[in-house]
Amino acid sequence: MSEKSTTLEFEEWSLTIRPKHGWFDVDIAELWQYRDLLYMFVKRDFVSFYKQTVLGPLWFFIQPLFTTIVFTFVFGNLAGLSTDGLPQPLFYLAGITAWNYFSDCIIKTSTVFKDNATLFGKVFFPRMIMPLSIVTSNLVRFGVQMILFLGMMGYFAAVGASFQVTSGVFLLPLLVLLMALLGLGLGLTITAMTTRYRDLSFLVTFGVQLLMYVTTVIYPLSAAPERYRWLIELNPMTGIIEAFRYAFLGKGDFDMWSLGYSSIATIVILAFGVVIFNKAEKNFVDTV
Amino acid sequence: MSTAIKLEKVSKAYEIGQIGSGTLSRDIERWFVTKVLGKEDPFLKLGERNIRDQKGDSNIVWSLRDIDLEIKQGDRLGIIGKNGAGKSTLLKLLSRVTSITSGEIKIRGKVASLLEVGTGFHRDLTGRENVYLNGAILGMRKKEIDRKLDEIVSFSGVERYIDTPVKRYSSGMYVRLAFAVAAHLDSDILIVDEVLAVGDLEFQHKCLNKMEDVATQGRTVLFVSHNMASVKELCTTGIVLRDGMVDYSGDVVGAIQHYTSEALDLDIGAASAGAHGWVRICGMNGQREIKVLNTESFEVIADLSLADNIERIDIQCIMENAEGAQVVHNRDSGLERLSAGIHRVSAEIPEMYLRPGVYTLYFKLIAETEEGSFVRHLSDRLIIDISDDTEIFSGKVSATILPPVEWNVDSNFYEFSTLQHKRLDQSRDS
Repeated sequence: MSEKSTTLEFEEWSLTIRPKHGWFDVDIAELWQYRDLLYMFVKRDFVSFYKQTVLGPLWFFIQPLFTTIVFTFVFGNLAGLSTDGLPQPLFYLAGITAWNYFSDCIIKTSTVFKDNATLFGKVFFPRMIMPLSIVTSNLVRFGVQMILFLGMMGYFAAVGASFQVTSGVFLLPLLVLLMALLGLGLGLTITAMTTRYRDLSFLVTFGVQLLMYVTTVIYPLSAAPERYRWLIELNPMTGIIEAFRYAFLGKGDFDMWSLGYSSIATIVILAFGVVIFNKAEKNFVDTV
Repeated sequence: MSTAIKLEKVSKAYEIGQIGSGTLSRDIERWFVTKVLGKEDPFLKLGERNIRDQKGDSNIVWSLRDIDLEIKQGDRLGIIGKNGAGKSTLLKLLSRVTSITSGEIKIRGKVASLLEVGTGFHRDLTGRENVYLNGAILGMRKKEIDRKLDEIVSFSGVERYIDTPVKRYSSGMYVRLAFAVAAHLDSDILIVDEVLAVGDLEFQHKCLNKMEDVATQGRTVLFVSHNMASVKELCTTGIVLRDGMVDYSGDVVGAIQHYTSEALDLDIGAASAGAHGWVRICGMNGQREIKVLNTESFEVIADLSLADNIERIDIQCIMENAEGAQVVHNRDSGLERLSAGIHRVSAEIPEMYLRPGVYTLYFKLIAETEEGSFVRHLSDRLIIDISDDTEIFSGKVSATILPPVEWNVDSNFYEFSTLQHKRLDQSRDS
């Protein structure tokens, strides 16, 4: 090797560690390097869930099924809320399936730092892998619940209930992506803040539950009282759920404007979440 | 040879006490002062040293302070120091687990760090699944693990249980498997925190050997341990950290000597040591390291400085092996009536047929003063490098003592004792 190239090599450090980093510091190349780890985490989530429970994947069906039954009884029969003329179980299940994915993403990513404190304290890997793997394993769960939903659609179609699948179903990948990113963005924000202010973690579970009532899960947007309509429309999840219901059942206030609003809100929230997560990630090992 | 790791003025500050800086209002105050007014962080006081047993006036502690260090490629660096001297912090910074407060670290090559064995193991997954998971956490690609799986499993010695969930493993098997994964990482730089403290002696020995293999392949090894003998066995260079600063940097024997002579007052308590003198030990020619065959005896010298007249002094000679276990403890030697001043005592340590390896030797002194009070002392440590001249069993045995045993054969014994012969036959028939 010539002397010139040795000196050149001498200058080439493969890694430089400095104290301060930029605001939006996501090393995509590094994330890509660790893609196998993401796969391993998703696999771990499934295998361990499968091994720990007797009923295994059956649980994925039980939870939305029972929620639908309870909702049908309480909100449909007792409270008599409108379902836009759709069969009640189908209406609720559509909302629950989509909402579950979103809320699982928030709740599970919001404890990333707390749950992985020892792991993060001992090994370096891009921290973002962990929330990403959570969103991905929830996606599998969402897929299983979609099967239940489609099965229910098949049943109601057979008994001749009135609903229709629209071309909106082609938007499904976009809707799922929006729910994942919105849930991720909120989850990242919460987990970053709980490293400093623990109290926030108590807020998450019931906060998400309350948020469901400001989303059109148990009632259609058309039935929302005029006074509060702005609040419900401000919630970016409303546009997504309405679009989801319109796509599969043909009813709902679906328009490109509200979906566009949801997309922009998602991007803003996600960007904020990533920034604050990166900031917390740097020193969290010292504070937890 | 080129530099593998370069640290320039690296510092790390920790907040102690409350979580974070405590309150939201204080965070806002801090943000306002530093970001809006552009002043220095009022909660970070510069120039305060990290001394564990002294109370500082701020709740910021500098765990590392302006570390400048250059580690050459292929170096085997031992990092030693008291608890809280900053050893683990240094490793954490290098393995990017936590961020640095100021300065810069430059690294050339892939880093594998082993701050703990079995990080990320999941109880419900099988050994095989955990190998994949743990390997991926440590930065291996799936293909890489596929290729090395057989090697990893056979190194760990748990082939039979590889498809059993690790929760059914004994803790020893667990550690074996975990270390096996880590040992097969392809990296240019290996960072190891005291992981050898776990596992049985045989396995600890295996780990040390594996790390020596790694080092001889020209890779850079950084090793933290409180065990001087294993540092000596594994490392060629050493640094001593003290209160977050580099106190000594040089070859490993010098580092150990520096540290042990400093750590003297650590074990006993500074007050009594200062008031009653000190001990320094060395070989007959003043050397700090004695190389000897395990069939030979050797002599050690200790300079004993006493502040008071001593009625009786009990000198115990202790040797520890590379795994940190005490293997020799001699306690019958005693001296009577020594006056204040410096005395040179020498002792011949008999041949002990110890397994070849690196040992450390130190004296423990219990002195009774004329007033009847007792003073305890530890000397610094001498390195005893023991080798074997037979080479028959070396490296293959895990026993500590390999004494020569002479066999006598008496082929005529049974011929004269027909009675015994008959008895033997009877017992065979029944």
